[in-house]
Amino acid sequence: MLNFSRWAIAAILLPLLIGVLCAVPSFLPDAAVAKLPGFMQTRVNLGLDLAGGSHLLLEASTQDVARQRLVNMEEQVRTELRRGDPRIAIGDISSRDGKLSFMVRDPAQVDAAVERIRPLTQGAGLTGQRDFNVEVVNSSTIVITPTDAGIDNAVKSAMEVATEVIRKRIDEMGTREPTIQQQGDNRIVVQVPGLQNPKALKDLLGQTAKLEFKLVDTTANPSEVAQGRAPVGSEVLPYPDNPSGVPVIAVKRQVMVSGEDLTDATQGYDQNNQAIVNIRFNGSGGRKFGQVTSQNVNRPFAIILDGRVLSAPNINEPILGGSAQISGNFTVESANQLAIALRSGKLPVALTVVEERTVGPGLGADSIRAGLIASIIAVVAVAAFMFVSYGRFGVYANIAVAINVLVILGVMGILGATLTLPGIAGFVLTIGTAVDANVLIYERIREERRRGRNVVQAIEHGYKEASRTIFEANVTHAIAGGIMLALGSGPVKGFAIVLLIGIATSVFTAVTFTRLLASRWVRAKRPTEITI
Amino acid sequence: MKLLKLVPDNTNIGFVAMRKWAFALTALLTVLAIGAVAHRGLNLGVDFVGGLMIEAKFPQAVETDRVRATIARLGVGESSLQQFGDPKTVQIRLPLPEQGGAGAANAVVEKTRNAMTAQFPGVTFSRYDTVSGKVSGELIQNGILAVVLAVVGIAIFSWLRYEWQFGVSTFVAIMHDVLMTLGFFAITQLEFDLNIVAAVLTIVGYSINDKMVIDDRIRENMRKYRKMDMKALIDLSVNETLPRTVMTSLTILLALGSLLLFGGHVLRGFTAAMMLGVVVGTYSSIYVSSSLLISLGLTPQASEKKASKAGLAAQAERVGPRDDGARP
Repeated sequence: MLNFSRWAIAAILLPLLIGVLCAVPSFLPDAAVAKLPGFMQTRVNLGLDLAGGSHLLLEASTQDVARQRLVNMEEQVRTELRRGDPRIAIGDISSRDGKLSFMVRDPAQVDAAVERIRPLTQGAGLTGQRDFNVEVVNSSTIVITPTDAGIDNAVKSAMEVATEVIRKRIDEMGTREPTIQQQGDNRIVVQVPGLQNPKALKDLLGQTAKLEFKLVDTTANPSEVAQGRAPVGSEVLPYPDNPSGVPVIAVKRQVMVSGEDLTDATQGYDQNNQAIVNIRFNGSGGRKFGQVTSQNVNRPFAIILDGRVLSAPNINEPILGGSAQISGNFTVESANQLAIALRSGKLPVALTVVEERTVGPGLGADSIRAGLIASIIAVVAVAAFMFVSYGRFGVYANIAVAINVLVILGVMGILGATLTLPGIAGFVLTIGTAVDANVLIYERIREERRRGRNVVQAIEHGYKEASRTIFEANVTHAIAGGIMLALGSGPVKGFAIVLLIGIATSVFTAVTFTRLLASRWVRAKRPTEITI
Repeated sequence: MKLLKLVPDNTNIGFVAMRKWAFALTALLTVLAIGAVAHRGLNLGVDFVGGLMIEAKFPQAVETDRVRATIARLGVGESSLQQFGDPKTVQIRLPLPEQGGAGAANAVVEKTRNAMTAQFPGVTFSRYDTVSGKVSGELIQNGILAVVLAVVGIAIFSWLRYEWQFGVSTFVAIMHDVLMTLGFFAITQLEFDLNIVAAVLTIVGYSINDKMVIDDRIRENMRKYRKMDMKALIDLSVNETLPRTVMTSLTILLALGSLLLFGGHVLRGFTAAMMLGVVVGTYSSIYVSSSLLISLGLTPQASEKKASKAGLAAQAERVGPRDDGARP
């Protein structure tokens, strides 16, 4: 038990050495770390509660995705049947309960209609799975129902796009090292360190930024519009800044140009020094815009963002250059934000902030300082206590604890784990429990001495008997830690990571490493009496 | 050098003889804890009830009444204030606006910030938390699930490793620890948030650690002294491990004590819970789980049955009465 071969000694010391080395970069300033070779750049990340910053949990409404798809489907069906050849007349179009249903006017055309709709309902993938089911009810009504698989696929791809769009938007804001991750089926976690006021970020992520240009329906009866009724082919949209005072306006359903045809958007000023957004269309968007504005000179068109009309300027002359201005009731800040949102594309689904945690950098720094002071005092107090209780062996335990602390930091660096405030608590607790293993061993050695065993046997037995107990106690402790890691969120997770790493490393340092130290001493000095 | 020995050699305290009193005390405390939780309830943080939390730091000490009055004028709902550590730091809790989603919550934060800055120049805001009702519901669910799974998982582990009595007694003792902690939070009305769930889980982990050490010794002694009376055997085991129990709880209390005093206000509730848990866990190791083993009818013979059931491997592992390596 006390004999270690050369190889065993190497096998014990090498991992400890690597662990300690990996902890070093965490204490160095940024510039020094940058000079180290890549494999040495293992630093412990500081959580937002220590570094300061914002954590946002965004949730996409899956119903919103489903509804969007149904609207698109309706548009496709209309185009295919009414405008296709031969024209199939349909009516009674309604989308309720997540289904789209419509009547084919001529019963003889029902089969032909189904034939033409089928291709639209095929999934995009090669799985052969349908995104929609098509049924004929009452021999003249066609019902299109989205399949679950279809909805799942749509949500999945919407979330992928949304994550990408959010990443672009945050990058445009110029923040450093944001973390953007999809969580679960319909959530995205955004973590931005070092942000003083998260309001701008939330505003930016909160807008879908779906931009559309539509013609204003000037034929609509103003009193009907005020009540929310629009003529066929038009719709009533909110218009909060309407100069006429009525907060709604009727616009044509058909989209002239949409935000998808944009190539660039920047904040600027108009001739009245009012903040605006300058936009530039791509080739086809510019042509479309030019064409429509040529045909509708002296008529107003509406600039619509996320279903709300920003402004409805008059077309004074055809706009042919492929660029245009979005005016509205902007401040410089909100115009800039819209420009960012438009540049990074629209979100395929609306996101809402369901959880936010922001910690100011001041508090974070306070927490680090407090955590550091507490850790140092804890280490010193525990070390002193161990020394007065176990003498030489107490010192061995203290060396083990010191190495353990560094190794935990090193392992966290290698794993890229994040140190949070509860993590510091886990750290301090690990210091406390790490010596428990040594206490178990040393008390056992004391017992064995009392029973009359000689020094070597007492030490051997102490380690052997205590090891089993230590193993069992730590396995159960690890069960609790594993459950925390699996189920916990935020602070619980941060705590569990440190706890689990600490359990693994402390068993190694407290048992194996101190045994090595004790055995070297016993072999060198061959003591017949020990103070323990 | 004379070393410190907190527990003198050959200490022999009659723990088991006192167990009737201890049971009565435990039962009383448990009833009190349950009563406190049922009657006063826990002061649940925004993590679990949803809402808005803003932490404000004032340049000098401030009366919470003035802050409350400032916020009351805004009409953003009923605020609840808590001084945090020092009299300069105030935590403001507000209900989440029912409509309007993220934008509305933002507006409330802005409004509060502006009003506070106007009223108390120099105030800074060091922390905001916003948790929607939906997320807080999930957090509660996960928190409860985590604690229950941890307790059950550990009980099953110790049942499989040892006799069923160990599983049951461990389970009861840990439930006792969890209840005591909840009772403490109900009585003190300290805020119960996600950090405290981590604390409860750690208490569970620590407590089980402690019980394993004693259980392990009991099992070892059961194999060594097959004829010994169970009460004497448990007394022997608890006394043998007593130095370790005292040493370990003291070192952990030392570490936690420094965290409580110097670790900053954010962790204070967490640390307080942990310290209580260490004391309660140590107590329950001796008086709930070990003493319960007797009431559950554990005998040294039971250990043999389990060993033979477990097969040859377990037999081989079995240690005879004083398998003495002492003979050279």
